[in-house]
Amino acid sequence: MTPTGDELTGRTAAGLAAMVRRGDVSAVEVTEAHLQRIAALDGDVRSFLCVGEAEARAAAAGVDAARARGEALGPLAGVPLAVKDMFCTKDLPTTCASRILEGWRPPYDSTVVARLRAAGAIVIGKTNLDEFAMGSSTENSGFFPTANPWDLGRVPGGSSGGSAAAVAARFAPLALGTDTGGSIRQPAALCGVVGLRPTYGRVSRYGIVAYASSLDQAGPFATTVADTALLLEAMWGHDPCDSTSIPSAPEPVLASLEDGVAGLRIGIVEELADVDGIQPEVRAAVESARGLFEKAGAEVDTVSVPSVEYGLSAYYVIAPAEASSNLARYDGVRYGLRAPAAEVAAMNAATREAGFGAEVKRRIMLGTYALSAGYYDAYYGQAQRVRTLIIRDFARAYRDFDLLVSPTSPTTAFGLGEKTADPLTMYLSDVCTVPTSLAGATALSLPCGLAPEDGLPVGIQLMGKALDEVTVLRAARALEQELALPAPLPEIRVPA
Amino acid sequence: MTGEAGAGLGQELITTIGLEIHVELATRTKMFCGCPVAFGGEPNTRVCQVCLGHPGTLPVPNAEAIAYAAKIGMALGCAIAPSSIFHRKNYFYPDMPKNYQISQYDIPLCTGGAVAIETDGVPAAVGITRVHLEEDTGKSLHMGGGGRIHGADYSLEDFNRAGTPLVEIVTEPDMHSADQARAFATELRATLEALEVSDIRMEEGSMRFDANISMAPPGRLGAKVEVKNLNSLRSLHRALAYEEQRQREVLGDGGTIEQSTRHWDERAGVTRPLRTKEHAFDYRYFPEPDLVAIEPPADWLESIAASLPELPAARRRRFEEQFGLSAYDAGVLVASRPAAAYFEAAVAAGRKAEPKEVANWLANDLVGLLTKRGESIEACAIPPEHLAELVDLVAGGEISRLQGREVLDDMAAAGAGGPPPAAIVEKKGLRQLSGGDELAAVLDEVIAANPDVWARLRAGDTKPEGFLFGQVMRATKGQANPSAVRNLLKTRLDG
Repeated sequence: MTPTGDELTGRTAAGLAAMVRRGDVSAVEVTEAHLQRIAALDGDVRSFLCVGEAEARAAAAGVDAARARGEALGPLAGVPLAVKDMFCTKDLPTTCASRILEGWRPPYDSTVVARLRAAGAIVIGKTNLDEFAMGSSTENSGFFPTANPWDLGRVPGGSSGGSAAAVAARFAPLALGTDTGGSIRQPAALCGVVGLRPTYGRVSRYGIVAYASSLDQAGPFATTVADTALLLEAMWGHDPCDSTSIPSAPEPVLASLEDGVAGLRIGIVEELADVDGIQPEVRAAVESARGLFEKAGAEVDTVSVPSVEYGLSAYYVIAPAEASSNLARYDGVRYGLRAPAAEVAAMNAATREAGFGAEVKRRIMLGTYALSAGYYDAYYGQAQRVRTLIIRDFARAYRDFDLLVSPTSPTTAFGLGEKTADPLTMYLSDVCTVPTSLAGATALSLPCGLAPEDGLPVGIQLMGKALDEVTVLRAARALEQELALPAPLPEIRVPA
Repeated sequence: MTGEAGAGLGQELITTIGLEIHVELATRTKMFCGCPVAFGGEPNTRVCQVCLGHPGTLPVPNAEAIAYAAKIGMALGCAIAPSSIFHRKNYFYPDMPKNYQISQYDIPLCTGGAVAIETDGVPAAVGITRVHLEEDTGKSLHMGGGGRIHGADYSLEDFNRAGTPLVEIVTEPDMHSADQARAFATELRATLEALEVSDIRMEEGSMRFDANISMAPPGRLGAKVEVKNLNSLRSLHRALAYEEQRQREVLGDGGTIEQSTRHWDERAGVTRPLRTKEHAFDYRYFPEPDLVAIEPPADWLESIAASLPELPAARRRRFEEQFGLSAYDAGVLVASRPAAAYFEAAVAAGRKAEPKEVANWLANDLVGLLTKRGESIEACAIPPEHLAELVDLVAGGEISRLQGREVLDDMAAAGAGGPPPAAIVEKKGLRQLSGGDELAAVLDEVIAANPDVWARLRAGDTKPEGFLFGQVMRATKGQANPSAVRNLLKTRLDG
């Protein structure tokens, strides 16, 4: 496919917002251009579960009318936004890619969506994901898998695969994801876009369907670091509806974006850079980033964070344990699917049997077991102790370094169906991203070119201290400049 | 105590009872959302996405509920934890929207208090293990199949109650009889009433009891039986008395009591098995990740402590000291907060009457009358000033006690806005002849009309005294002061 003539869909969010503000283009025109591109190409990519054409057009018309009345426009006025289907939207169904919630319309907007609508963003549709965000390839969607725009025979990563693919394919310049163990960063890497996981508590979880509450955090996808920062500033900040939301106002990130990395101490995490099964091109990308950071004036060294090796094991106890409880509400009583049965308990069981996919059931069982009397301390308790250890190890590393670096994913995008037979192999995709999640800290995945062998995007992960999005974004911007890549735009090709 | 020789059948068994009490807090809004707290109403009208457990919703703790729970803890002598946390209690039930209940588990808000009780003049202390916060469930209505969930044709769910703040108060196993358990529950109820933190309407389920009871020879512990569905002080007492008797019979017959849960059937007056230990739930408690620790600031706790009202024990002591009431009378009045308040208002309004007399009129006459009329002291139409006036009229000798009761009946019948007792006395022409010429004249007439009787009395036979007395009362239409008549009669006989 070719985007020729489709001038608007190649632009950044910041650029589009400026054009709309100036009146160079209307919000309706911007929305139409993206809707047309979706109509033309999403049949192959399948990144959207639902495209809200009428709703998007109405919202865009609202922005244009506000401008016509001379009202001040928000920072994202007229910018199309793709929303992972974990966020409640009152005008569009919210399914979490699960049959159990098929057709459910929330009575309310999530705080993040409400804030972004207030900032002028146009919600263009809800994107596909692994059911309830459980997975690393979007193949666990209860409806259909999403393809990677760079190679339609490969996965986009997951669980926010639909959002990453939608931004990569320029169906929207911005998208929302959620990241529990890496669900923003890993698909960002596999699709060649920027994805940020903010510090736990920075972004309100209110209205985001819970998978693992102590780990879930929403974040932005964009094609540039500046757009990532723009979306982040419009969505984060304290929310009284989320008790775990951090009360203090975050430090603005856009203002310091161009401050560079001169004098910054950057550590390459040994255990993750040389993780088992790492693809040589991915390892090489980390090495080249090292050179580029040094060129830009940073001090780069390697650092050991030994406990990260236990991250996956701890994650796959804590996340399923919380999920087993969070997903108990899908019982057919109040909303969503109800499978008929003679008695309430049988109805609950039949509903859950019919409505949940295999991976969701697997994690509910794992988590239920881990919390059971007599096993709690050996599993959940032990996993929490590992979590404490990881936090402590990171704190030690941050005594000597301002920022840590690793691959985002050990490999580039893998083939559809390649890992579905073996859940453990699939879980290994999260090995580099899980430690930051457990530490409650922030990390970003930045595209750093295409692997020479397979021509697929490679991502590098920049990890910051909790609350230090400023340094992460500043360093990402510096690396983006040094890389000087052309805006990565996949040619959507049909698999052989 | 005969020690070893006493072992075996017929040996002494010690009863051990511990209570868990759930109390709905009368906060303005629910525990974790802004829906109003109230009883009843159209089903599913006081609900929102949070208390319905819709996907994506999060709980935000109600500061007023935490303050109320801290108040209860302080009143029961508990320490308030500088940091306490919520847990999730996981189990499936259709009236529980999230299929887990947000509750407190190993680090509750309040721990380690005690309540003094007394039964048959014997004092005892009941330890308070903990007071913690949680959320209530909705209500299920199972249609068909005997009203139980199993076998029902269908169930209706009302989530108006879902998310109402609850405190759970857990006692130490310090009670040893149904009487003690009732005494504790009565004291707790009075304390909660004084704190104004709950409606404590048991018939509406705002205070509910679970009891754990075991029986064993001295020095040993028996298997614990939990009795559920105790919704009044009366059912608490009946169920425990029943269960004590049942366990005594089982053990006496050489049987064993299994650790189990039983359901109190109020109508049949029996407990029935619900589940045994093997079928106990595994609630898979874990710390609630959607909430942060409750860390009440010290000055906030101090202001709560400073706002605590006079508690029942202190009020009883004051009633005894300030008003000279007996421990019994003070206990009766203080057990009901409205009665105590009514009493104080009446005493303050009275001029001649002793507080002791006011207490008698209130506890014996007025409360009895209201009960007969199906009314309550809270909504009593007779203002305390009127009762005080009535007691004054009797104490001043203007009317007799018997006449006083008649006036009280009229006052109650007149309802709110009725005339004061003096006006009723006036209107009915009631008065008491307490001496003077009028009463003496009546007596002389009676003596003159009954010369034989008078002669027998003069001769030392006391038997006809009652007859003469009755004649005087009849002649005065009951208005004669009995002691004045007796005195006058004595004067005549001596004279």
